[in-house]
Amino acid sequence: MADPHVPHEAEVVERIQESPTIFTLRLRFTDPARHAAFRFEPGQFNMLYLYGVGEIPISIVSDPRDEHLFDHTIRVVGRVTKGFTQLKAGDRLGVRGPYGRGWPLRRAKGRDVMVVTGGLGCAPVVSVINYVIRRRDDFRRLVIMQGVKHSDDLIWRSQYSLWSRQRDTQVLVAADAGAALWPWHIGRVTELFDRVLIDAARAVVMMCGPEGMMRVAIDNLLHKGVPEDGIYLSMERSMQCAVGLCGHCQYGGKFACKDGPVFAYPEVKPLFGIRGF
Amino acid sequence: MESGFLPRTRFQTLLDALHRAGYRCVGPRVRDGAIVYDTLTRAEELPRGMRDRQAPGRYRLEQTGNPRFFSWANGPQALKPFVFAPQEPLWRSERNASGEIRFAEISPPAERLAIIGVRACDLAALRLQDRHFQEGVVADSHYAARRRNLILIAVHCTHPADTCFCVSTGDGPRATQDFDLALSELDDGYLVQAGSEPGRELAAQLTLTRATAAQREAAAREIEESAKSQTRRLPSRQLRDALFANLEHPRWNDVAERCLSCGNCTAVCPTCFCHSEAEEPTLAGDHSRHLRLWDSCFTQGHSYIHGLTIRADTRTRYRQWLTHKLGSWHDQYGRSGCVGCGRCIAWCPVGIDITEEAAAICGGGTHG
Repeated sequence: MADPHVPHEAEVVERIQESPTIFTLRLRFTDPARHAAFRFEPGQFNMLYLYGVGEIPISIVSDPRDEHLFDHTIRVVGRVTKGFTQLKAGDRLGVRGPYGRGWPLRRAKGRDVMVVTGGLGCAPVVSVINYVIRRRDDFRRLVIMQGVKHSDDLIWRSQYSLWSRQRDTQVLVAADAGAALWPWHIGRVTELFDRVLIDAARAVVMMCGPEGMMRVAIDNLLHKGVPEDGIYLSMERSMQCAVGLCGHCQYGGKFACKDGPVFAYPEVKPLFGIRGF
Repeated sequence: MESGFLPRTRFQTLLDALHRAGYRCVGPRVRDGAIVYDTLTRAEELPRGMRDRQAPGRYRLEQTGNPRFFSWANGPQALKPFVFAPQEPLWRSERNASGEIRFAEISPPAERLAIIGVRACDLAALRLQDRHFQEGVVADSHYAARRRNLILIAVHCTHPADTCFCVSTGDGPRATQDFDLALSELDDGYLVQAGSEPGRELAAQLTLTRATAAQREAAAREIEESAKSQTRRLPSRQLRDALFANLEHPRWNDVAERCLSCGNCTAVCPTCFCHSEAEEPTLAGDHSRHLRLWDSCFTQGHSYIHGLTIRADTRTRYRQWLTHKLGSWHDQYGRSGCVGCGRCIAWCPVGIDITEEAAAICGGGTHG
C-alpha cells in the first residue's frame, strides 16, 4: 500500500489574484494517470506542500466534474500560505488527498439549500454554491448568506450579483462596515434571518466561518424551524497528517480530518461553543 | 500455555536464543537513576535487586539485595518509543534545477527487536497504539514496520509501585495478551509461558525443566498479592459521561494552578499518540526531509490554527488531556486511554495525580 503521508507532485497551471490577500491556484498532478484518477467531493480538502517549508490543509473549491484542473483558494495567513503567493504558472508543489467528509449534496437534492458563511470569503461553501447553480434543476430554493467584516473583504463580488439574479435564489450579504456604493446590508449577517425564505422543515443548511457566528446562525435557524439534523457545519481545526493519526484536530471523540470537516450539527452539538475544544 | 521452568542461572540462554534468531535484545537497565529499556547483551546487565520507589512527582531506585531481575514496577519508557518513534523522517523531497519535485518515502529501519521485561500495562497500551496507528482508515506504515519486527517477553508484575493502578483499569498486573513469552519471576528462576507461535519456538530452544506445583502456586500467589497491594484506583472504568458533564467544574481551575503545562505526562504516557510534522530542508536547498515528532496537547502550538489558539490556557489543556484520556477514548477506541501504569503521576514535576483529579471531578474515592 502506498504510504498515506507522501505527497505527489502537482503543477500550477494558473494563479488568480482574488483580492490583495486571497488567491486561487489552479492545479494539475504532473502524473497524468494520477490526475485522471483524482476524484473529490465538494467540502473535501487536500494537503498542499510547499517545497522545503511544509504542508497545510486547503479545501478544494472547483467543481468535482471539472476533470481538467482542481482549484484551491488560499488566504495569506502563515509561513506556508505566504510562500504559496510566490508560485506562478509552471511552478511545482506537493499535493495529497482528497481527505475528509464533504457537504451533504446528495441529501440536499430536491430540497431548499441554504449556505451561511462569515469571515473572509469562505471558499468551501462557494464550491457548494457553484455546484448548485450548475445543477440548478436538482435543487429547490438557494439562499446565500455571507457576512464579512468590511465590504472590501468580499471576494467574487460580481458573482454575488450574478447569483442574486438567478431564479429561486436569494442573496443576503452583510458587512460590519461598508465602503461607498456597497449595495448590501451594513451590520451582522445574522440580522438578516427574518428575510430568509425557505421551507425550513426540509431545508439543508451548510455553513462555515467563525464558530461564534455559526452559533448565532444555528439559534436563528432552529427558531425558524430548521431541524437540527438539517444543519451542517465545517469545523476548522489544526490538521497535520489529515488521516486521523496526529491528534491535533480532535473535537471530543471526533477527528475533524477524517470524521469531518463537515459535521451534521447533532454530531458536534455537545461540545459546540464550549471554549477549549 | 506453560512451557516449563528456567533457572535464573540460565537466563542468558534466552538472550542467546534471541540473538541467534537475529534479534537485538532490549531490556531493563539502570541509567541516570531510573530503569530504562536499553540494549541488553548479558543477563548480568539486568537490574538485579533494584526496587523503584514511586510517588507523585518522585522516582527513586534502591538496591534491596534481592536476587531477582524484575522486582520493580516500571520506568519512564513503555513500549511506545519502539513502535512510535519520538522523532523520525516520513519522506523526503528533492527539487532539481528545473523546479521538478520528487518525493520518496523513508522507510524505518527493519531491525528485529526483542523487548524483555514488558509489563501487562504496557501490553494493554500497545494494543491501543495498534488500534490507533494500524487498524484505522489508513495504516501507518512506519508504525507497522516496527511493530511486526517486535518479539515481546513479558514479565508478570509482582512489585507494583505506589503509583500503580492497573487493577482498576483492568490491565494488570498479569500479562494476558499480545506477548510472545510471559515469565513469572520466582526467587530461583522463571515459569515460562508461550503466547504465540514465535514464543513457542523460542521456548523450545531453552532447556526448561518441568515446573512444580509449588512453583506454580507461588507464582500465582505473588501476582494475586501484587494486585491486592495496589492502593490507587480510578473511580470507574467508564468516566466519559461524568467528565463531559463536569466541564465547568472548579477543579479544572485548581489543577491548572498546579500544572506547569510541561507535557511530561504525555511523553511518559504509553498511549498518548499526538505528533507534529516538521520540515528539515538542507542548507543547499536541493532536498528536504519531512519529519514527525512527538507532540503534546499541553503545548501552545497543539491547537493553533491561523491566528487562533483554541487552548491558550493550562485549564483547557489539562481538561483536553483528561477528557480525552478517560473520556473520548471510549468513542474512538471503545475503552479508556488509561492503562493504570501511573507514569504520569510519578513523572509529573509537581506530582499531579490523575486518579485524584478524576475523583475530584467525577466523584468517587481513589484509595480502595
